Amino acid sequence: MSVDTEHVQRIAELSRLAMDDDQAREFAGGLSDIFDFVEQLDGADIEGVEPMAHPMDAAQRLRPDAVTEPDRRDDYQAIAPAVEGGLYLVPRVIE
Amino acid sequence: MEWETVIGLEIHAQLNTVSKIFSGAPTAYGAEPNRQACPVDLGMPGVLPVLNRGVVERAVMLGLALDAEVAGRSVFARKNYFYPDLPKGYQISQFELPIVASGHLDIELEDGSTKRIGVTRAHLEEDAGKSLHEGFEAMTGIDLNRAGTPLVEIVSEPDLRSAKEAVAYMKKLHSLVRYLDICDGNMQEGSFRCDANVSIRPKGQAEFGTRAELKNLNSFRFVERAINFEIERQIDVIEGGGRVVQETRLYDPDRDETRSMRTKEEANDYRYFPDPDLLPVEVDQDFIEEIRGRLPELPDAKRERFVREYELPEYDAGVLTATREMGDFYEAVVRGCNAPKLAANWVMGEFSAALNRSEVELAEAPVDAGALAGLLARIQDETISGKIAKEVFEAMWNGEGDADSVIEAKGLKQITDTGAIDAIIDEVIANNPKQLEQYKGGKDKLFGFFVGQVMKATQGKANPAQVNERLKERLDQA
Repeated sequence: MSVDTEHVQRIAELSRLAMDDDQAREFAGGLSDIFDFVEQLDGADIEGVEPMAHPMDAAQRLRPDAVTEPDRRDDYQAIAPAVEGGLYLVPRVIE
Repeated sequence: MEWETVIGLEIHAQLNTVSKIFSGAPTAYGAEPNRQACPVDLGMPGVLPVLNRGVVERAVMLGLALDAEVAGRSVFARKNYFYPDLPKGYQISQFELPIVASGHLDIELEDGSTKRIGVTRAHLEEDAGKSLHEGFEAMTGIDLNRAGTPLVEIVSEPDLRSAKEAVAYMKKLHSLVRYLDICDGNMQEGSFRCDANVSIRPKGQAEFGTRAELKNLNSFRFVERAINFEIERQIDVIEGGGRVVQETRLYDPDRDETRSMRTKEEANDYRYFPDPDLLPVEVDQDFIEEIRGRLPELPDAKRERFVREYELPEYDAGVLTATREMGDFYEAVVRGCNAPKLAANWVMGEFSAALNRSEVELAEAPVDAGALAGLLARIQDETISGKIAKEVFEAMWNGEGDADSVIEAKGLKQITDTGAIDAIIDEVIANNPKQLEQYKGGKDKLFGFFVGQVMKATQGKANPAQVNERLKERLDQA
């Protein structure tokens, strides 16, 4: 499978990464190679093999529904770049 | 051209666990900002989610109530997008293998018929935080108390054909989650939210038209109005020679219209993949059976039982089973007075009207089921008439005591003493010689006049049946 530069730019946009055309071309080549490598798996016989969601053969453990976390807002907010009235502040997200 | 509307609803219900879906932080509503956001909810590096058993139990309960398939194995996936109120950069949700699939819900239509609405799936996910855009200079405030609150997203088949049907479905589901006690159903606080996919197609056409997704429908009224607005808008677009575009539209209740939310997020690609932090969730048959054993009687079953057991009309049974609390209240009243139809009339009539007037919830009503039953028992044993009972009820509602003490204090006991009634009747007859003459002359209608006069003279306290009987006799003798 080959990845073109348009594809790369789309992924970069979704990932919020800035990328110029040279970089996009470079990544398109690299990613295509990776896909080609992985595509070898297409040749494997998977008849009767269940799709795998997790490499560990185990089930999710459940915890009881109980409050165990104390309020430590001040500690958590001590490392935040900006805080006001208990809110974390971020650059404005709507126009 | 005649158009047909096609609607599918996606309903998000917050599950009423005390702690979050993947962390031990509390979920209570209304706390100060970020007081209920722990490192897992904040998306701190190195933390791991651990699934809450209470969340899985509630999802299974819903699945059983929707007569759906409860998956023995379901998988959490990451839904990737960037927004500041989603600190991890992904929402943990379920994608390919949801916990509940292929259920259905029957809704009652206005003509009294029933329609079965398919439920495609119900999956578990975490809620995001809240962004506050007002009040900060070039900044947005983020409150992550809601981040990690458990949600079940219930997706219907596109089986709904009008705004009314959509509302009926939503109300039914709302009633169901509250019966199950898995969600508090508080729409103002966002515990029960609805998005609607709406499209139109020429009547008779098999393929669906292009749909618009409506957001922000946080009341039954808004759902109906937004869908109706959207149907008209789409008809106008198509009949004007245009095409409906697939997009997300926000309902604005103030202007009663839907508006396009055209953002760069438009063509979202969430790049779902199984969350490596969480193992597949396995629910075995024992677990399911244990939950099944805890299911309460559901609305449809309760309604049928009310019709059968109390011989109520379908309509009454529907009203009285609309909420679990109302059904329980009604049954408590019946137990106390043993008069099912009388109890139904009073619970749906005087009692509900008083609730509405006073704007109080059932649980806070000043007249409880026992007190109401006590009043109805006095109607049953003819201590008071139905009319006087309303006066007594009013006094009880205002805190003047139970039925017996109000009847006693106000002297409202019905007069059943034949001698006393006869004396009043004779007086009324003596005071109205002209009417008596006309009555004797064949003007039978005047009987009602005499009944009225007697009731007036007794301030409504005479037993009406007895008055009729005695009056007839005395008039004939006069």
